[in-house]
Amino acid sequence: MKREIVVTGIGAVTPLGVGARTLHERWSAGTSGIEDGEGTCTEFEPTEHLSIKEVRRADRFTQFALVASDEAIREAGWDGEPPYDPRRVGCIIGTGIGGIGTLTNSHQVLLEQGAKKVSPLSIPLMMGNAAAGAVTMRHKLYGPSFAPLSACAAGAHAIGEAVELIEAGRADAVVAGGSEAALVPLSRAAFGALDAMSESGISRPFDVRRDGFVMGEGAAVLIIEDAENARARGANILGYIRGYGATSDGYHLTAPDKEGLGAAEAMRLALADAELAPEDIVYVNAHGTSTPLNDRAETRAIKAALGDAAKDIPVSSTKSAIGHLLGAAGAVEAVATILALRDRIAPPTLGYEEAEEGLDLDYVPGKARPLDIDGKPAVGLSNAFGFGGHNAVLCLEAA
Amino acid sequence: MATAVTPEAVEKVVFDALPQFGAEPSEISREASFEDLDVDSLDLAELSQIIEDEFGVQLKGDDVGKIKTVGDAVDMVVSRAG
Repeated sequence: MKREIVVTGIGAVTPLGVGARTLHERWSAGTSGIEDGEGTCTEFEPTEHLSIKEVRRADRFTQFALVASDEAIREAGWDGEPPYDPRRVGCIIGTGIGGIGTLTNSHQVLLEQGAKKVSPLSIPLMMGNAAAGAVTMRHKLYGPSFAPLSACAAGAHAIGEAVELIEAGRADAVVAGGSEAALVPLSRAAFGALDAMSESGISRPFDVRRDGFVMGEGAAVLIIEDAENARARGANILGYIRGYGATSDGYHLTAPDKEGLGAAEAMRLALADAELAPEDIVYVNAHGTSTPLNDRAETRAIKAALGDAAKDIPVSSTKSAIGHLLGAAGAVEAVATILALRDRIAPPTLGYEEAEEGLDLDYVPGKARPLDIDGKPAVGLSNAFGFGGHNAVLCLEAA
Repeated sequence: MATAVTPEAVEKVVFDALPQFGAEPSEISREASFEDLDVDSLDLAELSQIIEDEFGVQLKGDDVGKIKTVGDAVDMVVSRAG
């Protein structure tokens, strides 16, 4: 029998500020965290949250994950220690790139000062699993831990795989999320060379004038538990992870399949896993990167997966407010989706004004809108697609 | 040009380096153990790099394993230089 999986705590560090509620409230109010063409976590000051030793032992992407996990764990009521045997608590924190800031700094030292000056901390800080490891050390979690590396789908994969661990009976709870801190000259230059990044510096998903994604940084972490256990300990349940669908395009290293076949199949799988129909979906948090290719393919995929119901479902993109957080995006957007569903609102796709032919879904222009769902459960989809053709979709319900 | 290796000079470099690893300055003394100062193997790898840079003395893995206190580290650097 399928287990019921709940979310009991959430945390986030984003360009809109520190805190999951901050993200939700500011995005819903129409505030953008993008400045000068980037989504930087300007309100994040690591030493306000971490000791000097923790700060220097952690790349910025790990610092984000530690602070987001602290918030989520506090909310879940795990103060001090987890409510389960710590060997049954896992940790999965995905990333697109890992500690690229550490990598490029160390490489500069190597070139300018020689091999003997390269810090012994270089590898332990840059490795993509560093955030997952650091979170297990901070909270003394002894269950399975690792980092999915699936580019911009990593955060969603982390949550989906956390569900799988619990359903398989290999963990009672998992601290899961995604983190990214890639605002360094190398990634700017490399994404720029790919022609994927916005030259205008404006993130306006689905708008005909969109010209690429705006890079952002940050993290989000969710506390995911078996529902029976969570209820038994009297936990406050924020929402449910009803379904998870993961596929691959098997098509191209960077471009999505034009028809969005893999993405559509991931949405169908997530719905089937949730044992729900398209009519049950009241909101879609799109991957919506603001690249010409993604937004076109994703629109087709949503129509293919949700059929006639698609035209009536509000679809919006968190990336319109914070940019593209790469490996953190799937987790940050899952958090944003749960809070939007909780408040029964669809936050807006900021900057969306001019339609493109064929892109004719309800992209929630202008401002947040109440979800008119009467007594229906507040169930939505959160899409995440990555370079490499990785697709991960979560079906989420707010309590 | 490496600095002359005297016990005083090594002690100063080591004492100055430890706070950046998170050690409490008031607790740093020759007698203090690295464990008590919360200075672990990764910190000692960094400290070895600082010492080599300053004095041209290399501390290798085996050496670092024998070091328990701040004084041990200072003495080992001085004896290696001699």
